[in-house]
Amino acid sequence: MAEGNQGYKGKALAILKKFNVRVWSEAVISSTRGEFNGIVLPRSENDDDKHIVLKLITGYNIGIATDTIENIKECGYKEAHYKIPEKEFPVSENKPNIKLFGTGGTIASRLDYRTGAVIPAFSPGELYGAVPELADICNLTTDKLFAVFSENMGPKQYTVLAKAIGEQIEKGIDGIVIGHGTDTMHHTAAALSFMVQNPPIPIVMVGSQRSSDRPSSDAALNLIHATKAAAESDIAEVLVCMFGPTSDEYGLLHMGTRVRKMHSSYRSTFRTIGDIPVAMIDTEKITPIKHNYNKRRNDRDVKITPVFEEKVALVYYYPNMQPDIIDSLVANGYKGIVIAGTGLGHVNKPVYPAIERATKAGVAIYMTVQTLWGYVHMFVYDTGRDLMSIGIIPTENMLPEVAYVKLGWALGQTDDMEKVKEIMLTPISDEITKREPYNGYLVFQGGIPEVEEFLRDIHK
Amino acid sequence: MGQTKKAVINSGNKEALDSQDNYQKTKELTGYIPRKDATLETYQKLGFKSGLEIHQQLFTEEKLFCRCPAGLYQKKGEFDAEVIRHMRPTLSEMGEYDGTALMEKKTRKNITYHLKYETACTYDVDDTPPFKINQQALEIALEISLMLKTNVVGELHITRKQYLDGSIPTGFQRTAIVGIEGEIPISNKKIRIIQLSIEEDSCREVSDIGHERIYTTDRLGIPLIEMVTYPDMITPDEAAEAGQYLRFLARSNGKVRTGIGAGRQDVNVSINGGTRVEIKGVSHIKWIPELTHVEAFRQKALLNIKEILTDRINNPSEWKISHNDITENRDALLDLPAEINNHKVILVCLPKFKGILSHFTQPGKIFANEISDRLKVIACLERPNMIHREQIDNITFQSEQILLLVNKLNPDKDDAQLIFWGPEDDVATALETIEERCQLAMEGVPNETRKALSDGTTIFERVLPGPNRMYPDTDSAPLSISNELVEKIRNSLPQDVSESVIQLREWKIPADCFPYILIKNYFPLIKKIIDKTKCPPKLAGTIIGHTLKNLNGRKQVPDMMTDENIYSLFEYILTDGIRPEIIKEVLPLYVINPGYDISSALDEFGYSKKSMDQILQKIPESLKNFKNYSSQFNPIKAISWLMGQLRNDAIGNVSLKELKAEVEKVVNNG
Repeated sequence: MAEGNQGYKGKALAILKKFNVRVWSEAVISSTRGEFNGIVLPRSENDDDKHIVLKLITGYNIGIATDTIENIKECGYKEAHYKIPEKEFPVSENKPNIKLFGTGGTIASRLDYRTGAVIPAFSPGELYGAVPELADICNLTTDKLFAVFSENMGPKQYTVLAKAIGEQIEKGIDGIVIGHGTDTMHHTAAALSFMVQNPPIPIVMVGSQRSSDRPSSDAALNLIHATKAAAESDIAEVLVCMFGPTSDEYGLLHMGTRVRKMHSSYRSTFRTIGDIPVAMIDTEKITPIKHNYNKRRNDRDVKITPVFEEKVALVYYYPNMQPDIIDSLVANGYKGIVIAGTGLGHVNKPVYPAIERATKAGVAIYMTVQTLWGYVHMFVYDTGRDLMSIGIIPTENMLPEVAYVKLGWALGQTDDMEKVKEIMLTPISDEITKREPYNGYLVFQGGIPEVEEFLRDIHK
Repeated sequence: MGQTKKAVINSGNKEALDSQDNYQKTKELTGYIPRKDATLETYQKLGFKSGLEIHQQLFTEEKLFCRCPAGLYQKKGEFDAEVIRHMRPTLSEMGEYDGTALMEKKTRKNITYHLKYETACTYDVDDTPPFKINQQALEIALEISLMLKTNVVGELHITRKQYLDGSIPTGFQRTAIVGIEGEIPISNKKIRIIQLSIEEDSCREVSDIGHERIYTTDRLGIPLIEMVTYPDMITPDEAAEAGQYLRFLARSNGKVRTGIGAGRQDVNVSINGGTRVEIKGVSHIKWIPELTHVEAFRQKALLNIKEILTDRINNPSEWKISHNDITENRDALLDLPAEINNHKVILVCLPKFKGILSHFTQPGKIFANEISDRLKVIACLERPNMIHREQIDNITFQSEQILLLVNKLNPDKDDAQLIFWGPEDDVATALETIEERCQLAMEGVPNETRKALSDGTTIFERVLPGPNRMYPDTDSAPLSISNELVEKIRNSLPQDVSESVIQLREWKIPADCFPYILIKNYFPLIKKIIDKTKCPPKLAGTIIGHTLKNLNGRKQVPDMMTDENIYSLFEYILTDGIRPEIIKEVLPLYVINPGYDISSALDEFGYSKKSMDQILQKIPESLKNFKNYSSQFNPIKAISWLMGQLRNDAIGNVSLKELKAEVEKVVNNG
């Protein structure tokens, strides 16, 4: 689709050409349903070719069906320039220096009227125009590394990010914020937790669940929280900073390896699984709720290992899964498979031979649990012991997505299965914890009187 | 404002202005007259123009963009969970911030939503994207669009209309144009319609104090239509008539909600040299004339103020206020309640504003109210939030201590002063607000949304939003509205309201019955009664328009009673050969009877079938009684007595007119 057509195609484009009318022109459209005056707007490319979009003087948009149009007259032209007021970001000597990496996603976005979608874009000046509170926290500089949506983030981006973080740490930056789409933020957080080891400063990933083009967006507050965490906290870890409750009250700082997106649209979608978050944060203060995190240091001794083997798969087991699923992965050259098994870490008998064939072929196979909470325990039942005997390795309480990322990272470093195993089972950043605290598993059940009482008294 | 009594000490300053006198003088200067004395010419001279935005909830089972039930309301203070949000303004697709947006940003409100399990889901609190638009609601909106004779759009585009007051948790209302450019008739002309849109209703406000505002989410999301007229009404009465007509029209398809809050109107008013001001929350059409009348003169008064100020001030853009923090003197000056004893107290000097603060704006209100109202809304200072040198109530400002402080500001004799108080954090916004309102006074009438009060006056609500607050909704795809659907709906439209009115007139139904018949949508019922039961039209009309209305007014008509119940009463009576006048008598007994059993209602009334002869047989006995009571026989009194005695026997059986003729015959002949 040519850019000049602004999303119009087929019949709709033909009718605009027929009457010699441009997008952004002020037009009068005569149709069998009456006369319509307004500005011809671009059309989303995914929409049909049967309508012309018009912005009325009242600000409303409407569509006019092409088969009702009798005439269009252009009587003016007004192209829109969408721009956030850009002001130079103020710099002050006594404030920490923070780098914001942009990867895309809704944290830094604006509306694109061509596609009707929100597109990523944010310079420090634009950020300052939109969220002036940031200037009270730090001196901010930004680098737009990519402009991709969350689902398009992958190994290539992880390694670029890890290297960029390493360079900034070397240059002496006081904290790093990474704007990221929320869908796969926990995958990237895990990747950075492994690729950037022993960081001396906070590395804070942040996103938003409601795009920043809407007044109720969580983007500004999340960004304020994340920037504050990067600038002021003493937590030198890879963290995810997102809303605690759905209310505009406080954010939570989660360990990059223990966090997971748990709701498709809620603001408070990120939850630490099997542990408690590192800290609470609001605009006034940072309150650690876990105390054994790595502390901020002045040295620059960070270890960057930006490698990733792409031929790794995450298989979500279901009853009646056929062995050919595993066989086909092996046949396609996969080097590692993480299985999210049922219960304590199980799959059905018919799959066993396929697993055995795979391990014999040198494929690394690791077991996690699809219950998300809890440890893999393969000694409890015979089935578990049988699986281990054919080469499956349990990964304690590593989350399935985290195990997938870690296996990709481990296989990126070595083909030696023993070394891979050592890497996999040696905790680097709480991806495996020694113990699960009593409050590490809390999924409240609505409707129960005491929970309802809690919901009435405490903001969700 | 009893708490400011310390400021009452009057020093008898010679410079002091008689504020009461100034208020009266400026009221005359404005030319204000009560509405009862106003004529068409009054409004023509003002250049009065008014337009309407009529909101009407649609009757659907579910909300517009989610599957929560519509129409269930929670009691005040009753909720299962709370959510807190803040609103930030964003840019429109044309790349500009909206004025309202900037104002609301200054106010920094904590917005709390009270949720009930039954009526709110995660969509309502903006934690889930919208579901497909409610088709039932869309079809009702299309129907009303066609009744308004608008051009129906080819494709529905859901648009976000920004509301930063928190009344919608997303910060915007999802709304879409269904039709544009229509018309309705009123008695003397046609009123043009700008558009009809379908939208989700907003939250109900529970309270708004300081920086805390609370809403319930029960009403949120109920399908609503908004019908907008051009400013074609040139008198307050025309505005009310058009409002009434639109209300009737929306109700005439029987698919809209009724009851408190189901229909609401906003009224736009402007005069020559003035500007469009929107009066919101007009809950009764009958309030429209007084509100628009008062608003027209408020604009006239503001234009007068502009003229005075333009004479005095050469360079309005350089006009500035000066102020002094006098908090340390507060206890000597003012008697403020203890709970606000941490408030700052600020003395403000308004150069060249002498006589403006007490300038008439609305009956009983002066320009100082315009400042005080903005301090409440924008700076969140609860009223009373200020006193000034030109109070028109019993409070005087001229205490010696205050004047001493005033003198420190080196005032000119043409300056005005005020003192306001509020939390320290709000002082900067308050000062900005005062300066801005005064600067706007030099420009004339500010673009505002104002809230209607029942006495006909209005108070500031917010800056009038413009088209810059409209954004396309990226969460929903455009929806094609096919010719087939439009034609299907066009073919089943109810009768036009104006045609109904003509028909009611032809039936000789008294005009005072029309509003009740149309607002309750009883026209189809009356037509059915007349067509099918041969009931005389005028009688059918008055039974509904008078008898039923009175019963309804006394709350004696249960909600469950349907048009069908009423129809069966008419059908039973007329099929059984009973005269229909009896319905007026039986209706009260029928409606309170839970089973709607017609024969027991008739029994209760005491009806039994009788011929004229049978009724007349009672005359000799009754006449004898009458003669026993009255010493002197008066035939007219006798006839009236007899009619009273026979009435209950006669109703339903014979015409009272014929009976009277028979009775006269007997009395006069015998």
